[in-house]
Amino acid sequence: MSPLRTGFLFAALVSTNSFADENLTIAVASNFQATVNEIAAEFMAVTKIPVRISSGSTGKLYAQIVNGAPYDVFLAADSARPKLLEEAGAAVKGSRITYATGALVLWSADSALKNKDCLAVLKSGSYRRLAIANPLTAPYGLAAKEFLQAAGLFDEAENRIAYGENISQALQFVVTGNATLGLIAMSQVKGRLPVTASCSWNVPSTMHSALDQQAVLLSGSDNADAARKFMNFLQTTQVAMILEHRGYTVPE
Amino acid sequence: MMDFGPLWLSAQLALVTTAILIILGAPLAWWLSQTRSRWQPVVQAIVAMPIVLPPTVLGFYLLIVLGPNGAIGSWWVKLTGDTLTFSFTGLVIASCIYSLPFAVQPMQNAFESLSKRNLEAAWTLGASKLDAFFSVAVPLSIRGFVSAIVLAFAHTLGEFGVVLMVGGNIPGETRVVSIAIYDHVETLDYASAHQLSLALIVFAFVTLFSMFLINRRWQAR
Amino acid sequence: MSIVELKYSIQKGDFHLAVDTEIPTTGITGIFGESGSGKTTLLRCIAGLERSEGGSSQPVHQRRIGYVFQEPQLFAHLSVRKNIEFGMRRNPDASDRTDEVSRLLEVNELLGRSVADLSGGEAQRVSIARVLCQSPQLILMDEPLSALDERRRNEVLPYLDRLHEELSVPIIYVSHNIDEICRLSDHLIVLDNGKVVAEGDLQTMLARIDLPQLGGRNAGAVLNATQSRYDDEFDLTLFGFSGGEIWVPGRHDSSRTRLRIRASDISLSRSPAESSTILNILPATIEAIAAETTSAELVRLSLGDDCLVARITRRSLQRLELQVGDKVYAQIKSVTVRR
Repeated sequence: MSPLRTGFLFAALVSTNSFADENLTIAVASNFQATVNEIAAEFMAVTKIPVRISSGSTGKLYAQIVNGAPYDVFLAADSARPKLLEEAGAAVKGSRITYATGALVLWSADSALKNKDCLAVLKSGSYRRLAIANPLTAPYGLAAKEFLQAAGLFDEAENRIAYGENISQALQFVVTGNATLGLIAMSQVKGRLPVTASCSWNVPSTMHSALDQQAVLLSGSDNADAARKFMNFLQTTQVAMILEHRGYTVPE
Repeated sequence: MMDFGPLWLSAQLALVTTAILIILGAPLAWWLSQTRSRWQPVVQAIVAMPIVLPPTVLGFYLLIVLGPNGAIGSWWVKLTGDTLTFSFTGLVIASCIYSLPFAVQPMQNAFESLSKRNLEAAWTLGASKLDAFFSVAVPLSIRGFVSAIVLAFAHTLGEFGVVLMVGGNIPGETRVVSIAIYDHVETLDYASAHQLSLALIVFAFVTLFSMFLINRRWQAR
Repeated sequence: MSIVELKYSIQKGDFHLAVDTEIPTTGITGIFGESGSGKTTLLRCIAGLERSEGGSSQPVHQRRIGYVFQEPQLFAHLSVRKNIEFGMRRNPDASDRTDEVSRLLEVNELLGRSVADLSGGEAQRVSIARVLCQSPQLILMDEPLSALDERRRNEVLPYLDRLHEELSVPIIYVSHNIDEICRLSDHLIVLDNGKVVAEGDLQTMLARIDLPQLGGRNAGAVLNATQSRYDDEFDLTLFGFSGGEIWVPGRHDSSRTRLRIRASDISLSRSPAESSTILNILPATIEAIAAETTSAELVRLSLGDDCLVARITRRSLQRLELQVGDKVYAQIKSVTVRR
């Protein structure tokens, strides 16, 4: 990761001079940052266009964009905010694409659950706490709630749910052992974790609304050509391989 | 009608935390003000740590220590069968640590400004050290106590980062007003955010105002 | 006469206090010494405020030893009455002496006041009243007048005289002011650099001319005297003592009193001066002579059973060829009467 970072820094420094015209700033949802770093490196290798990355929660980035933040492309963790931007004219009409779809995993790091069936534990209710992201603010939280409702487990689980402010915090609750089980993102499980899984079960995507992550080209961009190039690059097989490796599915 | 539950919960949390901090913090402040132990600066530094540490750092370590595998958390689970994290009790413990310096330091300052001879006079008049603490040291330090109460209460009421880390956002249990406002902002429900914020502002102002008013009355006497 | 044992040893930095002595259980024992001689440290050891080697380990609050500090140390959050009752309420054996003590120290009209509204002298009176009401078995007074100006000091002194006359509880009175010591104490301990250098009853001690601590401006003796009569034509009072009679200006109402005569207020002559302006010229015998400085000599005179100390120049001593055993006339310029 760190040589990559240095590369970006260098690129960013250079960009302020000779490449000022083609400098690209991407606003990205925090949980997608590691992935976008990898994608941006590939993009720079191909196009020589320097890329700067600004990360934050989708809600915060949205608020920044509405208030005139100078981003070219917005990679959201959901589809709602890009849609709102498009409707409000802050994003270029027709530029909205689904660049990746997330998957939900029932997961535990509790050594007592080693080699057990995560779903059976959830169904039997023999767990202390279940961590999910806040359904009101995080798409993964909403998906988790929908899954629990679809499985008829929500009412029973409700008073044992610990809500993370976002999906990262839900993961934190599980990793530190504060929650026995967690409904978290596949992309998190595929990443580097300080503990090993004791059990894991992939939630079928049919049991919750799609975790589509959408990107838009922002109207305020003074670098629309480079931004379009990046949007196109997102849909290449090269990127698809990276996304699949990191636990996302790629739309057809 | 909007849900004022989080505001009420925050008030309860601030009230309980302040009460505990005054009861436990006063002897600690007294010890810090009177001791000549070489450990005094060490304890003093530890007490002041929450001022420096970002709430998220504090919250992260509390998440570990209060968690079912942590030193305090595991003992609690054995005792009650429940985890400390994601519970009101856990928030009280976290808040006590988070607001500790804000309660201890004003009391300590007040105790330090007491005249040593005045206390000695109390002892020679037949008051034991404990008696002299309650009958002389505490009443003469009353303004330090008022400051401690105001600061601990206000600091706990406005607490966010630590609660975010160890609370789990459970309505009626850990969903305090700052978290509720944050969620309303995140979900673009600005109307509810404004209402709750306004209620918090009014509540905080009225509370602080009454305490400062009491303090002023005392001062005038 | 029964006694109180004082045995304390304590090391504080370079300073070492080592006291092993006894004091009477009645009257006032004065402890006199320069600042830094260990007077306050000794009192603090007695009260238990300092831990001394071999001293009692009894906690301060159980000792029933009253302590009057330099500053009154009243509790600002309590009324005068509550301050006075503070010690009494904490001593299960104490009877309510508020009325008696209030009368003695005339603090009745102060009882309802706030501590902040008292003058320095009033505050110190209240602090003494507070100590008396706790019914202590011993009272320690640590320079109780030194924080007061001359006027306030003269306001409080008569109350201390009263305590001296009316109380049976022993008092240890620490001061570096010889006038206070002469006026109040019956027994005297001279402290220097943490050690007791001399002790004894007040009159005997003041008659000594071999103690540098009691030399210089501190030199002088006291006489126990009885009032004989008042001359209203010249406004003079005549006092009698074992060695004769002394005229003192003004009217004095006490019948028995203590007269203080400084060494520098006495001059000597071989013959009685006929045409002197000096009122009091008394025959005396030289008992001892000691060089004080290169120019001054201290002479102890015996008059009846009493003693006086006079300071004269070495030159006069040689010119008059004064020797022990010689009969001389003591010319007394000024006398201080206790009250």
